[in-house]
Amino acid sequence: MSVDPETVKRIARLARIRVDQDELAGFAAELNGILGFIEQLASVPVDQVPAMTSGVDLALPWRADQVTDGGNPEIVLANAPGRMEGFYTVPKVVE
Amino acid sequence: MNALIDGTNGPWEMVIGLEVHAQVTSEAKLFSGAATAFGAPPNTQVSLVDAGFPGMLPVINARCVAQAVRTGLGLKATINHHSVFDRKNYFYADLPQGYQISQYLQPIVGKGSLILDMPDGSSREIGITRLHLEQDAGKSLHDQHPSLSFIDLNRSGIALMEIVSEPDMRTAEEAGLYLTKLRAILRYLGTCDGNMEEGSMRADVNVSVRRPGDAFGTRCEIKNVNSIRFVKQAIEYEARRQIAILEDGGTIHQETRLYDAGKGVTRSMRSKEDAHDYRYFPDPDLLPLVLEPAWVEALKADLPELPDEKKARLIADYGLKPYDAWVLVAEREQAAFFEAVARGRDARLAASWVMGDFFAMLNRLGKTVTDSPVSADALGGLLDLIADNTLSGRLAKEVFEAMIETGQPAAAIVEERGLRQVTDSGAIAGAIDAVLTRNADKVAEYRAGKDKLFGFFVGQVMKATAGKANPAAVNELLKARLG
Repeated sequence: MSVDPETVKRIARLARIRVDQDELAGFAAELNGILGFIEQLASVPVDQVPAMTSGVDLALPWRADQVTDGGNPEIVLANAPGRMEGFYTVPKVVE
Repeated sequence: MNALIDGTNGPWEMVIGLEVHAQVTSEAKLFSGAATAFGAPPNTQVSLVDAGFPGMLPVINARCVAQAVRTGLGLKATINHHSVFDRKNYFYADLPQGYQISQYLQPIVGKGSLILDMPDGSSREIGITRLHLEQDAGKSLHDQHPSLSFIDLNRSGIALMEIVSEPDMRTAEEAGLYLTKLRAILRYLGTCDGNMEEGSMRADVNVSVRRPGDAFGTRCEIKNVNSIRFVKQAIEYEARRQIAILEDGGTIHQETRLYDAGKGVTRSMRSKEDAHDYRYFPDPDLLPLVLEPAWVEALKADLPELPDEKKARLIADYGLKPYDAWVLVAEREQAAFFEAVARGRDARLAASWVMGDFFAMLNRLGKTVTDSPVSADALGGLLDLIADNTLSGRLAKEVFEAMIETGQPAAAIVEERGLRQVTDSGAIAGAIDAVLTRNADKVAEYRAGKDKLFGFFVGQVMKATAGKANPAAVNELLKARLG
């Protein structure tokens, strides 16, 4: 697997990261280095190994259906760059 | 039902699949302890998890898991005892985390099915592809300010079930029946209130067209349609739009569209060009969701009677026609009302009254069975008076109208207004004699072969007895007297 400058451009756009045209080739080379490093894992036979989803052997903890949080808009809105009448405000986004 | 649409050079067939987002009925959110109640002041039901603050960890709500499993069981679906939560990445102002926790390759519920109850009484099975759990986003208000959008995160993190159908539907009507049936099942289970106006059930509609027998065409997805009527309208419009393009020699581009209910058209959402590139990956904050088989079995044992079973029982126990049974079963309260009226009484009479005069009255007054001016007991009381011959069908309608107006029981109205049907043959014979004497000329015509006049005599006798004579007795005595 390898990425070309076009792919880098697309990934950057999807992640909302600005990457200038002259940086694309450099990032492509760096990403290909990382991918190549990871692809070494493909040489390890894992057919008989169950998929590991976590570093520790734990079960997903469950919580009872009870209201234990919320009710404090001041805290929730404390760091908002813009707020009005209890809402966050953002530059208008509309279809 | 003709499933095909006539084109300019041959018929077309629609292919429809639905993705329904159903808000899970629960007190708290899917991964936080904030409340889910509708209509609270903005941002008052938000935890730091829902607001996407750094370092917050999601912890799953056991009831939301149970509700998804119960819904899966109600859809006769495979329950996956091992499922995985993934991050679906996209940017929007009402999605503070920058991703939605959802399930992608390993959903909690797999393949199932849903039965459509067709108006002609037949049934049609629609495949369910899957059901998965995911978080809802917050809500954006765009009309509060000239240059700003307002964001309320109360809805952010509420549990949704996304229920995906196979592309098995062929008409807008079937899509409507699918949604009606799905909503009924969710309401019977109590896993979603099915309220489309409040947005607790929304549909994404996939539509394509093809020549009958061909492979599937390219589909377009119409997002977030919020009523069954709009779903049907959007499908009709979209299918015709696609047919017009294809018949002109054009091609359909797969895209996301919006339905504009005001104009009755669908239009492209250009901003969603990248929308299908969500870069899913397993959420590292959440371990796989593992279900104990015994726990699933306990949920299964505890399911209520569901619409299909109730329908089958109404048909078997009360001799109802399949479509009539479905009409009653569509709303659980209606079926309960019918059973309360029919229990211990003539079921056919009960069905004809509940689905006839009673539903007509509710329609006229804009009411439902739950706030009806006539209770099931009261309607039952009226039917008892028909059964014991106190009232004829005609008088019963009159008494029913009075019950709606006054709220009094049928027996009291009958007593008060003297509406008791006259079955006494002496009294009826007296009325017949008077009518025949008054109309001697017509009697002669009748005897000369003008049979149609029989109806006239019946009418006169009924009039003479103020409609209270038993019609069967009148017929019988008149025939004897004239014959």
